[in-house]
Amino acid sequence: MRVSVDPDRCCSSGQCVAAVPEVFDQSEDDGVVLLVQPSPPAELRSAVRTAAGICPGRAISVQES
Amino acid sequence: MTTVEPIDAITFPAARGGCPFAPPPAYQEALEQRPVTPVSLWDGSRAWLVTRHEDVRAVMGDRRFSADARNAGFPFLSDGRRELAVENPSFIRMDDPEHARFRRMLTGDFIIKRVEALRPEVQRIVDGFLDEMTAHHPPADLVAEFALPVPSLVICMLLGVPYEDHDYFQERSRILLRNHSTAEQVRRARDELSGYIEELAERKANEPDERIISRLVARGDLTRAEVAGMSLLLLVAGHETTANMTALSTLALLRDPVQLARLREDPTLIKGAVEELLRFLSIVQSGTVRVAVETAEVGGTTIEAGEGVVCMLSTANRDGSVFASPDELDVGRDARRHVAFGFGVHQCLGQPLARLELQIALETLIRRLPGLRLAVPVEQLRYRTDTVVYGVEELPVAW
Repeated sequence: MRVSVDPDRCCSSGQCVAAVPEVFDQSEDDGVVLLVQPSPPAELRSAVRTAAGICPGRAISVQES
Repeated sequence: MTTVEPIDAITFPAARGGCPFAPPPAYQEALEQRPVTPVSLWDGSRAWLVTRHEDVRAVMGDRRFSADARNAGFPFLSDGRRELAVENPSFIRMDDPEHARFRRMLTGDFIIKRVEALRPEVQRIVDGFLDEMTAHHPPADLVAEFALPVPSLVICMLLGVPYEDHDYFQERSRILLRNHSTAEQVRRARDELSGYIEELAERKANEPDERIISRLVARGDLTRAEVAGMSLLLLVAGHETTANMTALSTLALLRDPVQLARLREDPTLIKGAVEELLRFLSIVQSGTVRVAVETAEVGGTTIEAGEGVVCMLSTANRDGSVFASPDELDVGRDARRHVAFGFGVHQCLGQPLARLELQIALETLIRRLPGLRLAVPVEQLRYRTDTVVYGVEELPVAW
């Protein structure tokens, strides 16, 4: 799985951080998404899909490989 | 040749039915039979009611639907709301990039880590008001003694507003959000609140602190009116919503002893339970309004540029294609796809704080008051139907 984020689409809701803090973080200044792990291990993949699905800005893309 | 059946528009807002937690039956019917349906608004104008989860997310995530009320055809849900949306609108009534500029001045205060760091302070506030409420003999009104003061004190603390002024801003917030307020009443309440915050901002310019209002003033790139507008939005949104969610959630749990027992036995369910209560109760009952600025198709219906749209969050959250048995409260389900905080770039800025407050308030209430019960017959309760945020007027409880 490859994860990518688009900071311009991010609305800083923080739901990805709440769902998978191992993969996503937020900028201290404005809460915009930071990608910690672009290739998450198998046990986190389902949570990453949830995070992408609930992101209000549709800022998270997931490429299954 | 096909003929199109004339369709009667639903009158907005529609009346609620027998269940105090369910959306109005007319909206539920629309969800099942005609998910994008015409509605007739208070002034006789027409708009489209969008009821399905997928369609609500599509509209709210699409820049062809504008939140800016200066666009022709924007649907107003009352005379008072038109006043608020058109005269000196806050950034919730702007589109990007204008909206993003203001919003990003505030998002840093609501990042997950920063909000999580408030947990001990919010717990102390929750315990404090619960101590006060239980220091006297039952009954007590849970709304006035617990559900409202908790978020009110928290948002005051974050903004740097003196909590002792709460009667002043709570009364005026109510006028702003009430459907039957006239434009004149709304204008006066808004001007008084703006004046109050501008005065506060003036004091912060001379004696700065670390709170939000003071930091907005210190930026130097905002007018006093802009500081007041942004602060006002946080102040009003920060206490009405969480207060009503806390009280209505308590009532929903008291009415469903099986779900309450599950939470009491396993407090680790609280985070998921709060998401489920947000979904099930969907207290923003007025819907979220947009206007099409380009022609767009939503759920098979063409919406022309200049036509208004009302997104119904409550029916989207009871869409059976997304949530199984949507009319059942199930504190164990994964309800995180709900749209109770909206969707798209305008999704609730304070949602991490709302979640934290609700988790702590409900968990503490359940843990500390095992005998919590209604102190009046449920039929005597009155509900807040004439306002943006649904809830219960008073919730007399014993313990």
